[in-house]
Amino acid sequence: MICTGVNMHLKSMLTLLATGLLVSSNVLSQEVNIYSYRQPHLIEPVLSRFTEQTGIKTNVVYAKEGITERLKREGRNSPADIVLTTEIGLLLELVENDLVQPIQSPLVTTHVPANYRAEDGKWVGLTLRARSIYASKERQVAKDLNYEDLADPRFKGKVCTRPGKHPYNIGLIASMIASKGEAETLKWLQGVKDNLARKPQGNDREQVKAIKEGLCDVSLGNSYYLGAMLSEPSERAWAEAVNIVFPNQSNRGTHVNASGVAMTRYAPHPDTALKLVEFLTDTEAQKIYAEVNFEYPVKPGVPSSALVSSWGEFKRDNLSLPEMAKYRAAAARLVDKVDFDG
Amino acid sequence: MLLLCLPVAAILWLAANPEENPWPHLLETVLPNYLYNTFALLIGVGACSVGLGFSLAWLFRFYDFPLKRFFSWALLLPFAMPAYIMAYVYTDFLSYTGPLQAMLRKGMGWTGASEYTFPEIRSLGGAIAMFSLVLYPYVFLTARASLQNVSDHLIQAARSLGASPLSTLLRVVFPSVRPALAIGLALVSMETLNDYGTVSYFAIPTLTFGLYDAWLTMGNVGGAAQIALVLISVTLVLVLVEWLSRNRGMRQASGTRPGRQLPQALTGWRSGLVLTYLTSLLLIAFAVPFCILLYYAVSLFEQNWTPRFTQYAINSMSLAASTVILLSLLSLMIAYVQRIKAQDRHLLTRIAMLGYAMPGAVLAIGVLVPLGGFDNWLSDRLTEYWGISSGLLFSGTVFALLYAYSCRFFTVSFGSVESGLMQITPAMDQVAQTLGCKSPEILRRIHLPLLRPALLSSAIIIFVDVIKELPATLLLRPFNFETLATYVYQYASDEMIHHSALAALLIVAIGIVPAILLNRFSETQKNP
Repeated sequence: MICTGVNMHLKSMLTLLATGLLVSSNVLSQEVNIYSYRQPHLIEPVLSRFTEQTGIKTNVVYAKEGITERLKREGRNSPADIVLTTEIGLLLELVENDLVQPIQSPLVTTHVPANYRAEDGKWVGLTLRARSIYASKERQVAKDLNYEDLADPRFKGKVCTRPGKHPYNIGLIASMIASKGEAETLKWLQGVKDNLARKPQGNDREQVKAIKEGLCDVSLGNSYYLGAMLSEPSERAWAEAVNIVFPNQSNRGTHVNASGVAMTRYAPHPDTALKLVEFLTDTEAQKIYAEVNFEYPVKPGVPSSALVSSWGEFKRDNLSLPEMAKYRAAAARLVDKVDFDG
Repeated sequence: MLLLCLPVAAILWLAANPEENPWPHLLETVLPNYLYNTFALLIGVGACSVGLGFSLAWLFRFYDFPLKRFFSWALLLPFAMPAYIMAYVYTDFLSYTGPLQAMLRKGMGWTGASEYTFPEIRSLGGAIAMFSLVLYPYVFLTARASLQNVSDHLIQAARSLGASPLSTLLRVVFPSVRPALAIGLALVSMETLNDYGTVSYFAIPTLTFGLYDAWLTMGNVGGAAQIALVLISVTLVLVLVEWLSRNRGMRQASGTRPGRQLPQALTGWRSGLVLTYLTSLLLIAFAVPFCILLYYAVSLFEQNWTPRFTQYAINSMSLAASTVILLSLLSLMIAYVQRIKAQDRHLLTRIAMLGYAMPGAVLAIGVLVPLGGFDNWLSDRLTEYWGISSGLLFSGTVFALLYAYSCRFFTVSFGSVESGLMQITPAMDQVAQTLGCKSPEILRRIHLPLLRPALLSSAIIIFVDVIKELPATLLLRPFNFETLATYVYQYASDEMIHHSALAALLIVAIGIVPAILLNRFSETQKNP
């Protein structure tokens, strides 16, 4: 008798709990949950515009690493709807771990060119960034450079870069392997290492500073860093010391990587998530990305910021992103092999 | 106790199922380099921190000099400064492109790097300096708390029996504070081992760097977990060596009230020397980086102040306070049971102590595995019986954060409570028992008052550590949940240290409060 009493008590409590959960999930259905590899200050302007327009609340967890692990462990009860990433490798990692579902939207298909999204919609590119070369204005470095030139003896002791293991450099090296093979890339990487002015360190901004201070003449850097530095009063003088060069214009083109988005496999709010993805690929959000972060919009016809446009059009390496990403692990091994960062 | 071991167990489990074996490639290429850097860093940081920390504790215990009270809390401040912030600030200031060298070049008319030599801050030596400057307070704190319990009479007895100051130090003082020093040193080593932010910024490839590389660049979680296990075994060896040597040594009896003859007043050049030492340490370890941050913060105040800082600060502080309370109770309980049963550390206790040696992000993954597993299991059972789902009960909540912090900082709290209890001779318990005291009363009236310095010092370390903690917080936190550390990081990670200076200063400011409080307590204890 006592036992059944306890049991009934437990049951009614659980029912209550269940109703509570159901009610709360109903009330909160106008929201979308985001796990983001991209920093809050970069995506906030876009997200707040989205909320203004649609009334859908956005909830964000930003983490620099480990989102894949978190999704894996949370499994089918994960609250996340979409994941924002800084580059293609992270998107493909989600796909490989079977953590995503196709984004099926005619709007997204029209917004994003086919080479910047997965055919099955499992990832969608949002913005593009070029791996450019910064060249000293003062030392009058010629502007028709190829990545290959960084290994040329004429730049002996004149090259700066962030560590080879950084995803942006790994991406570049992987694209090199894709086009020239591993042996050739190894030789090139050794050549670049021999040309280094100092041990690889800092991020892309730091290299621009080093050029201004005369430590080196050329460095690798993502295109948007220069935009960010030019618009930051305390960093403007550094940025003005360099020209931005888009390498390999007479051959395969400049290496380009994409930031992107994927929808999680068990997304509890697939409808609002889809709305957000559609918004992110549409003109308004693309413009904010272009203006605030100096990235290249993925949607054709959306203009870059005035500053970025002033750098001119350039030819992109049309190697497909997943094809490039295949060689990332090989690229990382090459970096170890020549002890690039040591 | 078992709960605290789960994350370590989870990493073991991951390590048993690697995506690919990382070792052949590492052995063939960069492993020797990783090992060299790791051990050089460990030895360098260990030696410098103990040197700084113990010398300070020694000075404060046995000598009087001007401004002693001020220095006694001011010299604790550096550890409110996260190591990576210190590294960013100093690099910004001292590197080739920084203002100091640019000014030198201008002033001296140098045109390039080849014309002069300036120590490279982004080097092994630079990293050792950065770590030692933020970590020496661990040794200082633990050594100071423990030195307070060393009786003056004992020292005077040694001296009157003809022992020189040096041999008194080595043969009387040192054995008695060794457990505390060992704890401090273990903390320092583990902090050094588990750091990723600073070594990657300085481009010093250590084992931890290799771990992240295996995980993030090669996508090999299991391989990364294996490297984590190597890191843990390094710590294990350190702790074991200390523990073995301690067993052979004596248990130091003390507890007599310190006599009045010590500390001894320093005058003349001696006091000048001590003051110069303390002042320059304070300048380098705190004042200079603090002022640089302050300068950034003030010049960009308009742009960066947001009222949300209050919320971030509250989040940071309530997490820190909850962890402190949780861990103090827990370790007191465990250490006490251990004492009453007169047994050695339980195996589980020892495993739980390893949480601190793991890089934060690895521990976070270790936490995700059991929490996610439990949540999904519970939800499945509920769906099975009642057709409803509980969703994720713990994952992605503040609970997950507290759990991770508890696993991570258990060592700090348990270590100092245990070493504190060890300094209290069992004879005292026996006397109390003879006088009719029951165990709870012994704890309340004898042990707790004597443990107060140890408990307080671990409390302040944990409080500040939680406020600084970054990788686990980043990964495990709930939606829209920001702490001061995570806020600082979003800019600092992009080398926009200027924009995070304001929040970084808040972290330091919050760290100052417990430092002062701690000092108050230990002052009142000295002069009741």
